[in-house]
Amino acid sequence: MFAGLTFRHGVHPPEHKELTAGIPIRRMPFPEEIVLPLSQHAGKPARPLVAPGDRVERGDLLAAFDGWISSPVHASAAGTVTAVDLAPHPDGSFSPAIHIAVERWSAQTPRERLVPEWEDLSPEEIVEAVRHAGVVGLGGAAFPTHVKLARPPDAEIDVVILNGCECEPYLTTDHRTMVEYPDRVWSGLRIMMRCLGVARALVGIERNKPDAIAALEERRPRDLDVSILPLTVKYPQGAEKMLIKAVLGREVPVGKLPLHCGVVVQNVASVATIAEVFETGLPLIERIMTVTGKGVRSPGNLIVPVGTRIRDVLDACGGLTEGAREIVLGGPMMGAAQPNLDAPVLKGTTGIVALTADEVRRRASHPCIRCGSCLDACPVFLDPQLLGRLAKAQRWDEMDGQHLGVCMLCGCCSYVCPSNIPLSQMFGMAKKALRSQRSTA
Amino acid sequence: MNLPRLIVSASPHLGGPVSTPTIMWNVVGSLLPIVAASVWFFGPSALAVLAAATAGALVPERLFGRRGAPGDGSAVITGLLLGLTLPPGLPLWMAFLGGAFGIVFGKLVFGGLGQNVFNPALLGRAFLQAAFPVALTTWPVPGQDAAALLSTNLTAPLMSVDLADTITSATPLGLMKFEGTLTDVPALLFGTTGGCLGETSALLILICGGYLALRRFLDWRIPVSIFATVAVLATALHLVDGERYPGALFMLFSGGLVLGAMYMATDMVTSPSTRRGAWIFGAGIGVLVVVIRLWGGLAEGVMYAILLMNALVPFIDRITRPRVFGTVPTVPAEARP
Amino acid sequence: MDDAVSLSTYLVPTLILGGVGLTFGLLIAVAHRFLKVWEDPRIVEVAEMLPGSNCGACGFAGCRAFAEGLVAEESQPAGCTQLSADDMEDVASFLGVAAGEAVQRVARLLCAGDASVAPQQAEYLGLATCAAAAAVAGGGKGCSWGCLGLADCEVSCDYDAIHMDPLGLPHVTPEKCTACNDCVEACPKDLFVIMPVDQKLIVQCRSALEGDLAEAICSVACTACGKCALDAAPGVIAMRGGLAVVDYDRNDLAGTEAIERCPTGAIAWVEGTQFTTPREPAGSAAG
Repeated sequence: MFAGLTFRHGVHPPEHKELTAGIPIRRMPFPEEIVLPLSQHAGKPARPLVAPGDRVERGDLLAAFDGWISSPVHASAAGTVTAVDLAPHPDGSFSPAIHIAVERWSAQTPRERLVPEWEDLSPEEIVEAVRHAGVVGLGGAAFPTHVKLARPPDAEIDVVILNGCECEPYLTTDHRTMVEYPDRVWSGLRIMMRCLGVARALVGIERNKPDAIAALEERRPRDLDVSILPLTVKYPQGAEKMLIKAVLGREVPVGKLPLHCGVVVQNVASVATIAEVFETGLPLIERIMTVTGKGVRSPGNLIVPVGTRIRDVLDACGGLTEGAREIVLGGPMMGAAQPNLDAPVLKGTTGIVALTADEVRRRASHPCIRCGSCLDACPVFLDPQLLGRLAKAQRWDEMDGQHLGVCMLCGCCSYVCPSNIPLSQMFGMAKKALRSQRSTA
Repeated sequence: MNLPRLIVSASPHLGGPVSTPTIMWNVVGSLLPIVAASVWFFGPSALAVLAAATAGALVPERLFGRRGAPGDGSAVITGLLLGLTLPPGLPLWMAFLGGAFGIVFGKLVFGGLGQNVFNPALLGRAFLQAAFPVALTTWPVPGQDAAALLSTNLTAPLMSVDLADTITSATPLGLMKFEGTLTDVPALLFGTTGGCLGETSALLILICGGYLALRRFLDWRIPVSIFATVAVLATALHLVDGERYPGALFMLFSGGLVLGAMYMATDMVTSPSTRRGAWIFGAGIGVLVVVIRLWGGLAEGVMYAILLMNALVPFIDRITRPRVFGTVPTVPAEARP
Repeated sequence: MDDAVSLSTYLVPTLILGGVGLTFGLLIAVAHRFLKVWEDPRIVEVAEMLPGSNCGACGFAGCRAFAEGLVAEESQPAGCTQLSADDMEDVASFLGVAAGEAVQRVARLLCAGDASVAPQQAEYLGLATCAAAAAVAGGGKGCSWGCLGLADCEVSCDYDAIHMDPLGLPHVTPEKCTACNDCVEACPKDLFVIMPVDQKLIVQCRSALEGDLAEAICSVACTACGKCALDAAPGVIAMRGGLAVVDYDRNDLAGTEAIERCPTGAIAWVEGTQFTTPREPAGSAAG
């Protein structure tokens, strides 16, 4: 048996990628209103620069970054600022956002701008350009990309890994990006390698995307030391630590970042965006996302202006079917369920998945029968059985001692648990309790 | 857009295909052919004993257990497994009592499903063996008078069992231990020997257990480890002294080893959760079985071997817990919280 | 039998055990004499007069610590929220100090949005605690500031002072509440505050939304219309962050006139228990 590279443990949820894997990316029409939350990224929220009544063109700066780990917000459509006010945020809260009434008949042409040749820029200038373009990680966590591009002072990086796993079921955003924009992926990688001063790169792609592997391989720049590694299909391979283990066999130490073992990981869609910034000069104002699930009438891969309401994105795909019960932003394993479809999609939204009643678990919980499935599923080798017992008794400190900090809430344990114990939810709460304990102590 | 009422739940939003009742009822289903075989060999008595033991397990589960606990199927498994370890001529009230004891003292006092240390079926059986040693070691010859209940089945509670009109036979292990004669391996495989209800056809049990292992409802490592250990030990001893010690095949297929290894040792609640733990657990049982059978005072040692290893499970789990991702391989003081 | 056994069999162990006992007894006597720590005997007696529930509302680490504080005159008997007036007087006269000003403090809920007025937007499935639900898209309630009604506060209360009503709001019984702060810590939406019972003007809403937006998700929300601030004595109520905020430093100026024109009933004049009068349906106040 020829086994591809992979990590140990993990799960195999049904993929359902066939719904959208073969559908070319299309642009959705501009909505009537755009809502741009000031906090769309990991780090400090952006500072608004506009006031109600201001007229903005597509691509204009609306809110500036606030510090190094922060990211600016740009207008994703031309129109008039109607309010800088509270709006529903996909995290369930109401948070400050810039509302834009989109101009109906606008050609949506951005202002003329000078697009620099990145080859002529120094690494510092490239990082600064990416920072001003508001690029964040498009894989879901929305960590500001310029932070990862800046060469760290205290660590030696020897390899860049491009993450093309897309291990979440249903999603085909990265998949279509690789198939349709292989040149952007390569050129983004080139920029990244230049910034970090790294000579070697690896691309990890799961084997269920042979067309993406072929497309990238065909356009692979022969002058770069880069190889494409087909990986065994398994969740959560797209998690940074798992991917590094799969392609390099290196283990990121507890509490450390990938760069502490000489690696920077970047999602393929994010590097394609870096390339796009230097291609068009436009900041990150739209992104590719998969709108899918059995609850969507005509699933597809769309270019969506950031800040479009979930409702409008769904309408662009024919709307929901009768059976749709749960709308998830991101993949079904780690994504967040949405109570309010008026919330906007953000820079980090990889997709919208509408799950139907038969998919959404509503099974009874049973006592733990110590079957050990969770131990065999946990990709970081924790003992979810023991942690679950401790969580039930609210013994947070003991959970900490059992390395709860390593848990990345991938949900494998909850997925496999035959007794339907919400382990991952319990661990999320324990982490939260420990965090607040630490912040008060 | 007219919306159905949405729900929100924590991730993951998808669930795996297996549920606890699915596992339990599949185990029950896989036991049915074995039950049928026992009826084939021992007649309606077998069915009566199995029913009594299962009823004994279900009644306290219903009365004192969680709401809806009998529905998860685990008590049915306990009852059937206990029944399969009993001789066919056992008075029915004893079978009932054994089932009830197993569930109450083997499971409910620990807090119900998932909390118990010892396999409840084996605990029930151990209780019966201690309380009624004679009744539990009286074996009718298989196939005799297959149409009716054995008279001993109907003995009233607390009456002494009248063994006079039961034609008894020794079990293959008893023959080996106390008379020094060996039963043919084919007879063991197909079940034409004396013994408990489920001690008869090793082949059938292997097939039924194999189905569960294929569907991953039992951990194949445990029976494989038990069989391998017993085979290796028995072969080694047989080579040392062929007169005194029987060969591996006889050791493997006689007595309750196959049933115990496939169904009792693999009980998820009372076996280790880690993969390495399963190997150690199985090996421990294998060693104990051989030791008890060859040098112990009893003819059969599977029950005590499993119960003893059950007690070690928390310890085995602790020492075999895998190294957490990203931690240094040698963790000195931190390892014990 | 050997007759030498009879005497030494009993004598030796007796001597050994007796010797050991004597030695340790002497040690204890010596320790008692030379290592003695003097403690004010009144501490024990005062501690016995206290409720002994260690609720912590007095600000000390339990009743015993409070008793030490009383004896050291770092605190006054009225600091205990659970003592009755008579008991307080007993403690005060025993110690020969003033009982102090007894201001009863209770937990107040800053939300009136039960299921009938502030509906769920989506149904929450999962662990049935507020803390768990709050982490899942805020719990699916339309108002992301509002009470989720899953009773974490009721569970946290050691004094049986909190009970959930059928529509999912916790009711605090002021007579039982010891102001121990447990519910304040338990509520993931930070809806409980401990306040003196004589602060009767309470804005029972935390929603930062204003106007129609606020009312769309909860018909008893504060819409920040500002009428209460206009009607109340100057400086008593200020509008801040989409809410009316009462300045309790001017509590003696507060009166019921502030609540009369509130269109939603978000601001209330609370005598004793919250939520005693049935709330009026939305909109009727305007007509």
